[in-house]
Amino acid sequence: MNRKVWQNVRFYTVACLISVIVMIPFFWMVSTSLKSKGALMALPIEWIPAEPTLDAYEKVFSRFPFLRAMLNSLFITFSYTFITVLSASMAAFAFTKIRFPGAGAVLNIYLASMMIPTQVTLIPLFVIMNRLGLINTYPSVILPAMFRAFGIFMLVQQMRSIPDDFIEAARIDGASMFRIFRTVVLPLCGSSIATLTITTFMESWNDYLWPLLMLTDKNKMTLTLALNSLNGQYGTEYNVLMAGSLISMIPIVIVYICAQKHFRQGVMAGGVKS
Amino acid sequence: MSKKKKQQALIRSVPFMLPSFVGMIIFSLLPIVISIFISLTDWNGLDKLNLNTLSQHFVGLENYINILTTSEFWKVLGHTLYYIVLYIPLVFLASLGIAVILNKNMKGITAFRVMYYIPVLTSWVAASLIWKWVLSPQYGIFNQLLSYIGVRGPSWLTSEVWAMPAIVLASVWKDMGFFGLFLLSGLKMIDTTYYEAARVDGAGKIRQFFSITLPLLTPSIFFCMIMSLINAFQLFPQVMIMTEGGPNGATQVMVERIYTYGFKYFKMGYASAYSWLLFVIIFVLTVIQMKGQKGWVHYES
Repeated sequence: MNRKVWQNVRFYTVACLISVIVMIPFFWMVSTSLKSKGALMALPIEWIPAEPTLDAYEKVFSRFPFLRAMLNSLFITFSYTFITVLSASMAAFAFTKIRFPGAGAVLNIYLASMMIPTQVTLIPLFVIMNRLGLINTYPSVILPAMFRAFGIFMLVQQMRSIPDDFIEAARIDGASMFRIFRTVVLPLCGSSIATLTITTFMESWNDYLWPLLMLTDKNKMTLTLALNSLNGQYGTEYNVLMAGSLISMIPIVIVYICAQKHFRQGVMAGGVKS
Repeated sequence: MSKKKKQQALIRSVPFMLPSFVGMIIFSLLPIVISIFISLTDWNGLDKLNLNTLSQHFVGLENYINILTTSEFWKVLGHTLYYIVLYIPLVFLASLGIAVILNKNMKGITAFRVMYYIPVLTSWVAASLIWKWVLSPQYGIFNQLLSYIGVRGPSWLTSEVWAMPAIVLASVWKDMGFFGLFLLSGLKMIDTTYYEAARVDGAGKIRQFFSITLPLLTPSIFFCMIMSLINAFQLFPQVMIMTEGGPNGATQVMVERIYTYGFKYFKMGYASAYSWLLFVIIFVLTVIQMKGQKGWVHYES
C-alpha cells in the first residue's frame, strides 16, 4: 500500500513538473495580455497584473481587422480541408477500386512528389499564381489543396482494406460509381477521413509561409498573418501581441478538445508525413 | 482485362482522378520542372517568365557553384548542424519523458495529455511571439526564473552565442508534445508479456526499460529521428519571427536564405538553386537513415 502511494506521488510530481514547463509561456501570455502598456516594463516583473485591463484586446480589434482575419482563416481552412479530403478520397477510390490502366505508375508519381520539399516549388508556384491572376485572392491559398500526396497515400492504405466484393455487389445492383463511392466506400473510411480532416485543418490554420507570399491585402489576411503584421507594426507592445496570440489559439484548441482521438491518430499517421 | 474493359475503367476513373491530377500538374509537377530551369538562370523575377527569358538569363551551373563556393552556405549549414546537435537530444529526452508518463494508467491522464499537446496546436507565429517575450532579457520571465537560482540570463535573441539556443528552446517546447505522443503510440504497442517475463526473472524497472522498452521502441525512435532531421533543415517560421536570421547572421538557415534571396533580393535563380541543394541534403539524409536503420532498429518479428 505504501509503495502504491509513493508511486502516485512520483507520477504526479513528474507530470505536474512537465505541465508547469509547458504552461509557463502560456501563463505569461495570458498575464501579459491583461496588462496596460505601462505595466509591461514594470520591475520587478508582475507575474499577475496588478491592475488587469482588457485594453490590449480592444486594441487588437481596433488596430487591425482582426475579426475579419478570423473569418478569413475559418473560410480558408474549411475550404482547404474540404477540398483536400474530397480530392484525396476520390483519387484513392480510383486507385484502389477502379484500377484503371496505369494506376500504379500514376500513384508512384504522386508518392514520389512527397520527396520534394515545398521550398523547391515556392518560386515557380508564385509565378504560376501571378500568371493566373490569383495573388491576393483566397483561391491562391485554397487551390493547392487539390493535390495533397500525403492524404491520398493515407486513404489508399485505408481503402485497400475494403473487400472488392462490396463494390462488385453494389455494381450488380446497378449502382453508379459515384453512388458506390458515396454510400459504400466513404462510410467505411470514416476514421481515416476524420484523421486526415483534423491534421489538414491544423496545418491550414497555422500555415505561414505560403499565405505570407500570397495574401498581402489586410482584408484578406489569415489570423497568423494578422499576428505577423501586428508584430511588424507594434513589435514592442507585447500586451497587444499576446492578446492576439491568445485569440488566434482559441479555435484550434476547441477543435482539439472536441476531437482528441483523431488528433492522436493523426500523430501516428504523421510518422510518414513531413 | 479485355481491351474494352480497360477502356471502360479508364473512362470511369476520369472524374475521380481529375481534381488531384490537375492539381498535381499545376501545383507540383510544373513548378518542379520550372524550378530546375530557374535554378540555371540569373532571372530576377521581374521580366515575364517564358522560354525566351530563361534562355537569355541562362548561366548553367553558376548558381550552384557560387553557392557552394561562398562561405555563407557552409556557415548556414553550420548553424543548422548546431541547431540539430542541441535540438535532437533535448527533444528526444523530453518526448521520451512525456511518452513514459502518459503511458501510465493514472487518474487525470487525459488532462495532462491535452496540456502537453497545446504547444503543438499553437501556430509558429503565436509561439514565436510568446517566446520572444518570455526571453526578453529584462522584462521576460525566463531570465526572471533564472535569477531566482542566482543565474544572470543572457540577452537571448540579440546575442550571437545565445540566439540559436533560444530558438532550440522554443522548438523543443513546441515539438516535444508531438514526438511524445508519437513515442507513446510506440510504447502502447509493446507486448506486456515481456515485462511479466522480466519481472519473473527478477529484472528491476531500470533494467526493464533499457533491455525491453528502449530496443522495442527503436522503430518509433527511428521515425522521430528522420522527421526531426528533415524538419531541422526546413527550420523557418521561428527564425523569421524571432530573429530574422540575426543577430549578425548567427541564425541564418537554409529556408530563411531561400526566402530572403527569392523574395527580398529577387535573386530567383540563386534561391531556386539553394532549394535544390536543400532537396539533395534531405534526400541523402533519408537514404542514409533508411540504410543505417538495419544496424540498430529492432523490428518485432
